[in-house]
Amino acid sequence: MDFATLAPFLVGVIISGLVLGFVYAIIALGYTMVYGVLQLINFAHSEVFVTGAVVGFEIFRVLADNPINGYLKLLIALVAAMAASGGLNVLIERLAYRPLRNAPRLVPLITAIGVSLILQDLIRIIEGFQGRFDLTYQLPQGFSTPFCGPESTCSGVGSLLAKIGISLQIKEVVMVLVALLSLAALNYLVNFTKLGRAIRAVAQDRVTAGLMGIDANGIISLTFLIGGALGGVSGVLFGLKFGTVNAYSGFDPGIIAFTAAVLGGIGSIPGAVLGGLVLGVIQNLIGVTNILGDALGIANLGVIDSSYQRIGGFLVLVLILIFKPTGLLGRSNVEKV
Amino acid sequence: MTAIRPGSQLPISAPDRSIWLIVIAVISSALLLVSQEQNWLAALPSVVSNFLKNPLVASLVLTLFLANLLFAYRWKAHLWAKLLVGGLSLFLILPWAGRDNTSVLDLAIQIGIFAALSLGLNIVVGLAGLLDLGYIAFFAVGAYTWGIFGSGQIGKVLTYFKDNGGNNGPTVALGGLVLVIITALSLRAINRVKGKRPPLTSAAFLLAAFGLLAGVTLLVRGIVILASANAAGFAGGVNPNFFWLFLILAVAAAASVGVLIGLPVLKLKGDYLAIITLGLGEVIRVLANNLSTYSNGSQGITPIGSASVPWFNSLAGALGFSPAQYNLFFLYFVVLAIIAIIILANMRLDRSKIGRAWIAIREDEIAAQAMGIPLVKTKLIAFATGASFAGVMGVIFAAKQGFISPESFILNQSISVLSMVVLGGLGSIPGVILGAAVVTILNISLLPSLGEATASLNLPPQVNPAQLQRLVFGSILVAMMLFRPEGLLPSVRQRRMMHEDDDPTDNQTPQDSIAGELNPENAAEVYSPGVATRADDERGGGTQ
Amino acid sequence: MKKTSILALTLIGSLALGSASAQTSLKIASLSPLSGGQSDLGSQIKNGAQLAVNEYVPQFKKLGYDLSLTGYDDQADPATGTAAARKIAADTSILAVVGTLNSGVAIPSSAALAPSHVAMVSPANTANQVTDRGLKNMNRIVARDDAQGPAGANFMLTKLKAKSVYLLNDKTAYGEGLTAEVKKALLAKNTKISGDEGTEEKSDFSAIIQKIKLTKPDAIYFGGIYNQVGVFVKQLREAGVTVPLVGGDGLDSEQMVTIGGKGSDNVYYTTVAAPADALPAAKKVADAYSKAYGKDIQGFGIFGYDAAKVVLQGILLASKDNGNKLPSREQVETAMRKVRATGLLSGTVQFNSMGDRKAAKMYIMNISAGKFNLDSTINVKSPVN
Repeated sequence: MDFATLAPFLVGVIISGLVLGFVYAIIALGYTMVYGVLQLINFAHSEVFVTGAVVGFEIFRVLADNPINGYLKLLIALVAAMAASGGLNVLIERLAYRPLRNAPRLVPLITAIGVSLILQDLIRIIEGFQGRFDLTYQLPQGFSTPFCGPESTCSGVGSLLAKIGISLQIKEVVMVLVALLSLAALNYLVNFTKLGRAIRAVAQDRVTAGLMGIDANGIISLTFLIGGALGGVSGVLFGLKFGTVNAYSGFDPGIIAFTAAVLGGIGSIPGAVLGGLVLGVIQNLIGVTNILGDALGIANLGVIDSSYQRIGGFLVLVLILIFKPTGLLGRSNVEKV
Repeated sequence: MTAIRPGSQLPISAPDRSIWLIVIAVISSALLLVSQEQNWLAALPSVVSNFLKNPLVASLVLTLFLANLLFAYRWKAHLWAKLLVGGLSLFLILPWAGRDNTSVLDLAIQIGIFAALSLGLNIVVGLAGLLDLGYIAFFAVGAYTWGIFGSGQIGKVLTYFKDNGGNNGPTVALGGLVLVIITALSLRAINRVKGKRPPLTSAAFLLAAFGLLAGVTLLVRGIVILASANAAGFAGGVNPNFFWLFLILAVAAAASVGVLIGLPVLKLKGDYLAIITLGLGEVIRVLANNLSTYSNGSQGITPIGSASVPWFNSLAGALGFSPAQYNLFFLYFVVLAIIAIIILANMRLDRSKIGRAWIAIREDEIAAQAMGIPLVKTKLIAFATGASFAGVMGVIFAAKQGFISPESFILNQSISVLSMVVLGGLGSIPGVILGAAVVTILNISLLPSLGEATASLNLPPQVNPAQLQRLVFGSILVAMMLFRPEGLLPSVRQRRMMHEDDDPTDNQTPQDSIAGELNPENAAEVYSPGVATRADDERGGGTQ
Repeated sequence: MKKTSILALTLIGSLALGSASAQTSLKIASLSPLSGGQSDLGSQIKNGAQLAVNEYVPQFKKLGYDLSLTGYDDQADPATGTAAARKIAADTSILAVVGTLNSGVAIPSSAALAPSHVAMVSPANTANQVTDRGLKNMNRIVARDDAQGPAGANFMLTKLKAKSVYLLNDKTAYGEGLTAEVKKALLAKNTKISGDEGTEEKSDFSAIIQKIKLTKPDAIYFGGIYNQVGVFVKQLREAGVTVPLVGGDGLDSEQMVTIGGKGSDNVYYTTVAAPADALPAAKKVADAYSKAYGKDIQGFGIFGYDAAKVVLQGILLASKDNGNKLPSREQVETAMRKVRATGLLSGTVQFNSMGDRKAAKMYIMNISAGKFNLDSTINVKSPVN
């Protein structure tokens, strides 16, 4: 295989990896925010995220025949999903984590797993009453059309993409834009507002923050609200990109997103984003390793195909953590002795 | 010298309950036997027999019977009563019920397997404080160790190498051996030179370790090629009598994988370690799914043999077991024996120097290091010890199922073992055994029986208990953690720690605190942080 | 506390009394995942079987039996499945089992049932190993991998005139086994395999699709279940790849169209279940199913229904052979190998000495414009009699 075919192929793989990475990044933010304030792996976040996806599905379904603009529908779906997931996350914190604030750290981890199991079945039951299991998004017209088809005459980035044969759809572009927008909003909130400063203070030291007059419990609830809302956004984006969700489809992306959060340095917001993007790209590159192996004449690489995608991400994580034990952007805490 | 002194946790005035213990044991044993024995059931009036035959009732009876063992352990009673109830239940009643209903034996073995897994994970998580979310991988290693050799799979592997391995067996094996010797010696040398500094950081160590790994791989490959000459001889697997050898080999294999996984990642802490172990656990499963030459991939390996012990079989035959049940009956006692060994090992470890070192690391790594505990070595031993328990039970699992495939070693299983450990009580030996029993009974017996009992009610499928196992299990998990965060049977240490947190010394009025001390109910549990516990008095200054 | 325990006791009591009746109770069991990620497929099997049982209740009542179905949950986990199988073995009123969904569960649980002679009829397991072990109690109504695989391969070679094929599987015993047989058949005819890989991914297939675009195969074979293949094919078409996709009976579901949308056009699959409009009975069953469970009957529901019908007709035959008395499990086991089950949605079923279907018609179905059409029919004969 010559360079002329391989290069655009690789670019295509990397771009689709980046698009995928944005979904992981936003899910990862939900994990990392909760981890930042409570040092808790919120195993239930994958179901919080599925809840968002389900709410998004319901909105698109109800509005399917409504003549309003597709982007307005998306906005409604996003807002509804954010409200539902955010509210759910706050509720989970109240009921399952807050009473265990002072228990050993593994105890809330187990309740998180328990909550995750409960939510999986609840979502299935609720949708099951309407005879549904796999929920397929009914997207508005035009969302699935190519952003810039090979034949169409478009300009700028579009034409460049078209030239190397990359077919992004409108919905993928929208997805990336929404993701970037949420990231910007989160960044503003955490770094440039008073509330954000309070969140950072609580993450740093809950007790001292309390002494400074910050309502630590309120801030923790707020963090769960924000994390859940991001979960809702990612749920809708997930449905937008892949089209189908069910009650159990949060598990795999949840694990990957958590890996991404750790890869970036858990507790770090830019880290989660970077981790998600890196993981998305790495996963896709591992998926095409056998093609690269063929091209480079390394026969042994031929066995590494998409069945290794997921564990490839883990192995890269091991490598990175060996050399940088706090993840890509994680702060290395100086231990207090 | 035992690690657990149940008596010390109870109010001193607890009444002797020997009589109650025996009465309940007799009643529940009788109920169990009656509910499993078809002939006896038939003799009863139909209302009673129908009641006992109801799956939910049968499952509750079985649970009550198993609870006897807990009562015998926990209640204050004469030692003879405890031993009588425990011994008769385990060695007579349970196998007897298992003869009439094989699922009872199956459940008992499954509880045993998970109890051993939980005890192993307890060392890693409960004692050493290393959160391992990929623990089931070691179980898989053990299961595949016996699965491959105890079935025709080894014949297939050898045939494959006969056709594709080439004929350089001796050269490869010799090369591998030389490499192993050189790298092993250099590792030793490096270790000696570096002295007490953690050797992991040095490039030389990594290089030598990599060389050792490559050497072992080459050596094994060479041996396999050499052995492939008589592939036909292994068409049915190795001689079943090697089962015992493989129990030990599986321990070694799982422990080595534990060290192998542990080496690169043990520098990490807390949740970094959690996600890495989760990932490496998945790696093992995906490898089992992909390396079809060795593991037969997703198709799984079957049939897997089990040890043949003729005298045991004739004993089982004499006791009225059918030939199809011999294997389960035999494995039941093997599991009991292994569990006994594991419990003993755990108790010794808990009180040993290494056990204290683990706890020290869990509580404060830096302080532990300052006290001269070699961090990496101590953590590796924890990983290897925990892994070895899983490895040995993997062999039992493979022999019991007769079939293994990667589906049995998914991430959910790791999580489920972790929940057993935390539910039972981190760091507490009886606690995690109870946790394993509770979760296994719930998952295999009680929750499914809910669905079976309601099968005739024609409930709509959405609210049918048969389909709500996760919901119910999840709710139980959450409820138990909320109401008993320290676990069902917390270890003495853990219990004190939890109470230290709610301890009134910081933020309550002195009166409250004094009241707590005066209250005989709490008296045994209120410790001021500076006062050494009785257990700690026995410590020999760390030079034991 | 006391109140709840009294409540629980009354509930238990009423359960026990509720199941008491004058007639001899005769049960069959279903064994399939009812909870967890595969619960949708597993409950289809159970619901389908329940439908068949409902149909036969009057007939059994005449013989003096109180027929019922108990659904056991294997959670798609081999160990849980084995435990459930041993429970089934212990409940002597259960004469036969419909199950399972996963071959990985079928193999150990049928072995656990074998000593008690509980006959098992599988509605879904295609792996060769399931019946190749020669167990007397294990039967299946679906086509084996080595029947279905070559059928799919030949279809791609002759009808689709494919010169190169991209093989995908879902890394389960079902998908991987099936695809391995397809590969064998394709290689025998010197067809170019432009790719062969497995994926457990359920959502994102972008890397695979890029590879497919690069290698430009004439056809794609995906050994998997509709809920994964549907998502894949949707993304595949959105990326502009229009080549035909072929699969096995795991694609036999209306959901394939719902999930895949327009992408499910130009999709083919092999199955032993006749197209719904070929059988008038099918409509009746489909109506009954959607009335009872609020959703449409899918592939696994159809197979579950058929498998249960085979089981029930087998029990009836055994009962007849036993002079209209309650047959023993051994008698049911033997009768199952002799029975000629009729009135099924997948044609007449008769088992050979291994428990595979003797002669079966295999249908190649085509999805186009959201409709299922019959493309061609193949007669498959089992290798042994």
